[in-house]
Amino acid sequence: MTDLLLQPQPSAPQTIEKVSIIISKGSLEGIYPGLIMANGARMEGIDANLFFTFFGLDAINKDKHEHVKVATVANPGLHLATCAGGFPGVSAMVTHKFAAEMEKLDIPPIPEFLELISDSGAGLYACKASVDMFGLTKHDFIPQVQDIITVGEFYGLAAGGQIIFT
Amino acid sequence: MTTETLIDAPIERDPEGFLVHPEQWTEAIAPEIARENGIDELSDRHWQVINFMRRTYLETGSAPSIRTLGKVSGVPVKELYQLFPKGPAKLAAKLAGIPKPRGCI
Repeated sequence: MTDLLLQPQPSAPQTIEKVSIIISKGSLEGIYPGLIMANGARMEGIDANLFFTFFGLDAINKDKHEHVKVATVANPGLHLATCAGGFPGVSAMVTHKFAAEMEKLDIPPIPEFLELISDSGAGLYACKASVDMFGLTKHDFIPQVQDIITVGEFYGLAAGGQIIFT
Repeated sequence: MTTETLIDAPIERDPEGFLVHPEQWTEAIAPEIARENGIDELSDRHWQVINFMRRTYLETGSAPSIRTLGKVSGVPVKELYQLFPKGPAKLAAKLAGIPKPRGCI
């Protein structure tokens, strides 16, 4: 036997200290995963930022975020024929069903969820390029939105942490 | 599983420090666990949350979500995170001697 090789030392368990989560879609199923991950991060004591871009801006748009719907067209996960998904009222009906199921699990509606996440100390930011493209201003957003920032500023905020794109 | 002695009684805890047997909990245990987690002194507001956690667990069999905690405990979410900076639901459960909350919310 030789003692030339040192035994590998077990390293300390790795922890995540900060996450920056991008929400880029405006459907119910596009918005919730990012919100759940941001809230879950804060619950574990992990710093969290949320960056809303493109149609994801609907989540923080005070006139729209109560009316976010499940996409019932071209959504194979629903196992619903695309032509059926396009009928008037189908999206509203499916959304209603999802909302009821989520309430049972104590998952809040989007406006309440954003308040909860903001109160937990996470930062909410809107993407400047998307805000300009849609002709929006800070007044279109809920008061919890801290700022409208550029991609470069987002990377600055995200520095030293993990970035999650949804 | 490790058996540690807190306040002269052997109290079994899991590797993360949650009590294995919630019935072993006494009020004297909470300040000990708090100190381990960087909270030097428990205020009345801490106790309000700890008692709510414990009561909810004993009544329903599970720990409340952060949403319920913020709405029903009488301590709003912002303050919960000031009282328990490293995650109120988890830490308050640990202090209350109940199992780690398993919910995602």
